[in-house]
Amino acid sequence: MKITDETITYVAALAKLELSDDEKDRAKTDLENIISYMDTMNEIDTSNVEPMSHAFPMKNVFREDVVTNGDERDNLLSNAPVKKDGCFIVPKTVE
Amino acid sequence: MAEIKLQDTTPMTALELSTKMKAGEVSVEEVVKKQLEIIKSEDEKYNCYITVWEEAAIARAKEVQKLIDEGKLADSSLAGVPIAIKDNICTKGELTTCASKMLSNFKPPYNAEVIERLEAAGAIIIGKANMDEFAMGSTTETSYYGPTKNPRGVEYVPGGSSGGAAAAVAAREAVIALGSDTGGSVRQPCSFCGVTGIKPTYGTVSRYGLIAYASSLDQIGPIANNVADCASVLEVIAGHDAKDSTSVPTQSYQYTKALVDDVKGKKIGIPRGYIGKGLDEEVKASILAAAKVLEEKGATVEEFDLDIVDLAIPAYYVLASAEASSNLSRYDGVKYGYRTSDFEGLGDLYKKTRSEGFGQEVKRRMMIGAFVLSSGYYDAYYNKALRVKALIKEGFDKAFEKYDVILGPTAPTTALKIGENLSDPLKMYLGDIYTVSVNLAGLPAISLPCGEDSKGMPIGLQLIGKPFKEADIIQVAYSYEQARIK
Amino acid sequence: MKSYETVIGLEVHVELATKTKIFCGCTTAFGGSPNTHCCPVCTGMPGTLPVLNKQVVEFAIAAGLATNCTITQNCKFDRKNYFYPDLPKAYQVSQLYLPICRDGGIEIEVGGVKKTIGIHEIHMEEDAGKLVHDEWDDCTLVDYNRCGVPLIEIVSDPDMRSADEVIAYLEKLKLILQYLGVSDCKMQEGSLRADINLSIREVGAPEFGTRTEMKNMNSFKAIARAIEGERKRQIEVLEYGKKVNQETRRWDDNKDTSFAMRSKEDAQDYRYFPEPDLVPIEISDEWLDTVKKRQPELRDEKMVRYETQYDIPEYDASLITSSKKLADIFEATVAICNKPKEVSNWLMVETMRLLKEHEMEPENIAFTPENLAKLIGLIDAGSINRTVAKEVFEVVFAENVDPESYVKEKGLLIVNDEGELRKTIDEIIASNPQSVEDYHNGKTKAMGFLVGQTMKAMKGKADPGMINTIVLELLQKQ
Repeated sequence: MKITDETITYVAALAKLELSDDEKDRAKTDLENIISYMDTMNEIDTSNVEPMSHAFPMKNVFREDVVTNGDERDNLLSNAPVKKDGCFIVPKTVE
Repeated sequence: MAEIKLQDTTPMTALELSTKMKAGEVSVEEVVKKQLEIIKSEDEKYNCYITVWEEAAIARAKEVQKLIDEGKLADSSLAGVPIAIKDNICTKGELTTCASKMLSNFKPPYNAEVIERLEAAGAIIIGKANMDEFAMGSTTETSYYGPTKNPRGVEYVPGGSSGGAAAAVAAREAVIALGSDTGGSVRQPCSFCGVTGIKPTYGTVSRYGLIAYASSLDQIGPIANNVADCASVLEVIAGHDAKDSTSVPTQSYQYTKALVDDVKGKKIGIPRGYIGKGLDEEVKASILAAAKVLEEKGATVEEFDLDIVDLAIPAYYVLASAEASSNLSRYDGVKYGYRTSDFEGLGDLYKKTRSEGFGQEVKRRMMIGAFVLSSGYYDAYYNKALRVKALIKEGFDKAFEKYDVILGPTAPTTALKIGENLSDPLKMYLGDIYTVSVNLAGLPAISLPCGEDSKGMPIGLQLIGKPFKEADIIQVAYSYEQARIK
Repeated sequence: MKSYETVIGLEVHVELATKTKIFCGCTTAFGGSPNTHCCPVCTGMPGTLPVLNKQVVEFAIAAGLATNCTITQNCKFDRKNYFYPDLPKAYQVSQLYLPICRDGGIEIEVGGVKKTIGIHEIHMEEDAGKLVHDEWDDCTLVDYNRCGVPLIEIVSDPDMRSADEVIAYLEKLKLILQYLGVSDCKMQEGSLRADINLSIREVGAPEFGTRTEMKNMNSFKAIARAIEGERKRQIEVLEYGKKVNQETRRWDDNKDTSFAMRSKEDAQDYRYFPEPDLVPIEISDEWLDTVKKRQPELRDEKMVRYETQYDIPEYDASLITSSKKLADIFEATVAICNKPKEVSNWLMVETMRLLKEHEMEPENIAFTPENLAKLIGLIDAGSINRTVAKEVFEVVFAENVDPESYVKEKGLLIVNDEGELRKTIDEIIASNPQSVEDYHNGKTKAMGFLVGQTMKAMKGKADPGMINTIVLELLQKQ
C-alpha cells in the first residue's frame, strides 16, 4: 500500500493533529511500512469467516431505568482547564 | 516488636508479609515506611514511578493497621501489602497520567473498580507506576516522564507497556503491582524483568477506571515475584462488575485454590510457530528445558501446529490502533488534561492541544487507526482484521480440544538495550508475536521466569489457558516454580 | 418554466421518555443548572464505561412495532467518530450496521388521499450536549445535561412530495409515539426534531436530484416554511442552469431563508466501527411478544372504542383522540362522572377555544380530570348554571382550581330559595309596568326582558328555568 502526502494530510486531519513537514515525511514512511505489513492479512482467504468483534458471545447486558446519580458538577469540572458558570468553555462555535 | 531490616521485609512474598502483619510481628506502618525508603534509594536508578504516595500511604497504613487490629482483615491475603499501580488506572483525587503530557495534570474524581477492591482488601497503594504513553509501546521508553530502566541491567529496557510496574516489583520497590495487558503489556515486561504476571481472560477483571487503549483487548493483571502472589492479587481484583458491560460473571474466582504442585495428566501443547524462526536460541533452549521439567513432573508435552500465528500482529495492530484512535479522541483540551496556551478558534485548539499533548508513538497509532477505519478502507483492514481474529480464536479453540495449556516463550528475545528499537516501530511491533494472539482470542496467560541468557537477562515462559481457566495456568506455573526453587 | 416535483425524506430525532440516560443512571429531566445532570460516564471521563438502559431498547421496539417495522433481533451499537464540543467522547454511540428496526411505514392522509410513507430504519443513539454562546466573553459554554439522553432516529424513505405530506407524517408519528408513551414529543424542548432532506427533479425524471439537508427546525410551521423556501431556492438554482450542492443548510425562521452551514474544514468521514464497550443485543421471540402484548391502544382502535363504548359521534372521537393528552383526560374524566358526551363537549368546545386563544398545545393542558368532573357534577346537580360554569371553567383551565370550593368562595351557587326569587320578581314586575302592559298586549318579548332583569338582579345565580316559571305565573296573575 502506497501512502501519499494526501493520505497523511487526510488522516492527520481526521485525528486532529498538526504535523510538521519532518513529521509528515516520517509518518509517510512509517505508515507505509506498517500498512504494507498489515496487507499480509490478504494472504489468507477469510471470505467464509464472520467478523468477530467480541471474543466471547456475551449478550444483553442491561441496567434498569432507575436514577442513581446526583449532582456531581464540581467533581466533573475539577479538571477543566477553563470553566465559567458551571460550564466547560470552548472558543466560539456559532457564527 | 523486633527490628525489621529492609532485606527482611522485601524479599518476602505478599502472603508472608501480610501474615506477619496480621500476627503483629511487624506493623503496617513499618512495612510501608521501609517500602518508601527503598523507593527513595532505588528509584533514581530505575524510574519505576511517576508518583509516589508518600503521605497517603502512611496515612492509609494507620487505617489498615486499625482494621487488622479489629480483626476485620483476617481473611485478606493482601492486608497491609504495598502495591504499585500502573498509571493508567484511575485513582480518585490522585494524579493518573497514562505517562502522557496530555494527562499530566489529571486527577480522576473516581476510583477504578480494581482500586476499590484492593482497598477493601487492605492493600496499600504506594505509588503510580511508569509506562509507555497510553500503554502504547513495548519498552516504557515512550513515557512523557522518561524511560524506566531494567533493574536486572540498567542499560536494558524493562519491556512495556507496564514496564514501571514490572521493574518496581523486580527492584523490590513494590511487593506487588497492577499492570494492564492489551497485546502483552503485563507479560512481556515480566519476562524482561524476571518477575511473574498474569493477563486474565477478557472480562474477568473490571475495566471500569482503566483508561482505555483498545477496549476489546485491554485487561488489568497482577505482577508479583511469584505465582502465589499473582493468584492472590487476581483473586482480589477479579469478579463481576455491573459497571463494565464486558465483565463476565463466572463460577469461581478462587485462584489460590489452584496453587497445587501437581501436573500429572496435564496435557501441554507447544505451537511449532512459537519455537521456530525468529526465536532467540538461548530463549528457545530455556523454554524447551522448562517444558522438559513439566514433562518430568508428569505432564504430557507435545508440539503441534497453531494456524495463522503470523497474522496475529497485523490484525492486532489494525484493531488496537482503530480503537485507540477513537478512545483517544476525547483528549481535546476542553474537559480535562493539557490545553494548548496559544490558539485561534476551536479547530486550532483541538489540533494544537493534541499535537503538543501526545507523543510520537501515540500519534502514529491514532493515524493508523484513522486510516484503517476511513471511508474506503474499513473492509480491507478493520473488517478483515475482525475476520482474522475469528480465525485465531478458532485455532485456539481447536488446540484446546487437545491441550489444557499451551506453552511457549513470552517474547522472542530477552530485554533489548534502551534506544535499540525506538527508531523502527515495525520492528518493535514484531516483538509482540507471541503475546498479541492471546489478547485477540481473549485468553488467560501467565509469564514467569524460566532462566537467563548469557548476559544474565531473564527469560520468560508463557503459559496460555482456556477461557476462564486461569486455574489451569496457575497450577502448571506454580508446579514449575516449585521445581525451579528446589 | 419546467414542471418540478419536490422529493422529501425526513430524519426525525425523538428523545425517549426514560427516567435515566441511555448509558448511565443520570436523570433525563429537562432543564436544571448546567452540568448538574451529569456523571463521569455521560461526560466521557477517561476509563468510564457505558451500560445500556433496557427501557431504551423496549421503547425502540415499541416504536418499531407501531410503525410496522421489522425488528432486528440481533442488533448492536457502533461508534460514530467526529470532533465537536457537544460530544465529550468525540464519538456518538449510535447504530449503523444493524439498526434495531427496518423496513416499516405509516399511512397518512392529505386532502382525503391516503398514502404510505416508508420508514427505512429506526436506530438508537445518545443525544449530544448543549452549546450556549456567551456574548460577554465571546466564547461558548458547554452544558452536558442533555448528553446521553436516549434518542431514536426515525429515517423515512424519500416518499413525501409536499409540505402538507411532511406535516401529516410528523403529526401521525408524533401521535403514535405519544400514544406509546415513548416520548412526550415536545418540539419546543427539543424532544422531537426533524432534519429535512429535500431535492427537486423534473416531473417524470427517473433519478432523484441532489439533496440538501436542513436542520434547526423547531415547529411544524417552521418546517412548512423551510420546505417551501428550499423548494423555491433549488428550482431557482436549476432554472439558472446551475447545480444544487449536496450540503447541510440551516433554516433561519426569522429571516425566512436558509444558509449553507460553514462547510466543515475536513470531509465528513465518521469512521463507524462496532462499539467494543457494549455487547450485542439479542431480542428473543419471547421478549418481542412481551413488548407486543404491552403495546397500548393506538388512535385508530381508540376511536372505534369511543364510538361504541361511549356512544359519542365519530367527529367527537376523532377530535379527542387527535391528542393523547385529550384522550387521557377524556377517559379519566368519564371514569369519574360517567357522562361521555358532556365531557366530550367541554373538551371540544371550551377547551379547544381556550387552547387556541392562549396558543397552547393540548400537551400543555394543566387541569385535572377530577376538576373537570367536579365542574360537570356542579351543573348536573343544578348548583350552577351553564353561564357561570363557563366562567368557572376558564379559571379551572388557567389555574386548575377546585370548582367546588371556587364557586362557594365566590358565592356563585344557584339560589334555590323560591321565596327570595318570588320576592325579587315581584319587585321587578312592580318597577316595570310598561313591560307588563306590553306582555299583555301580545308582545311576548317583554317577558324575556323581565327574565333578564331578574337574572341580573340575582347576579346570574338563579336557575333560568325556575325564573321563567315564576315570571310567567306572576304575569298571568296581573
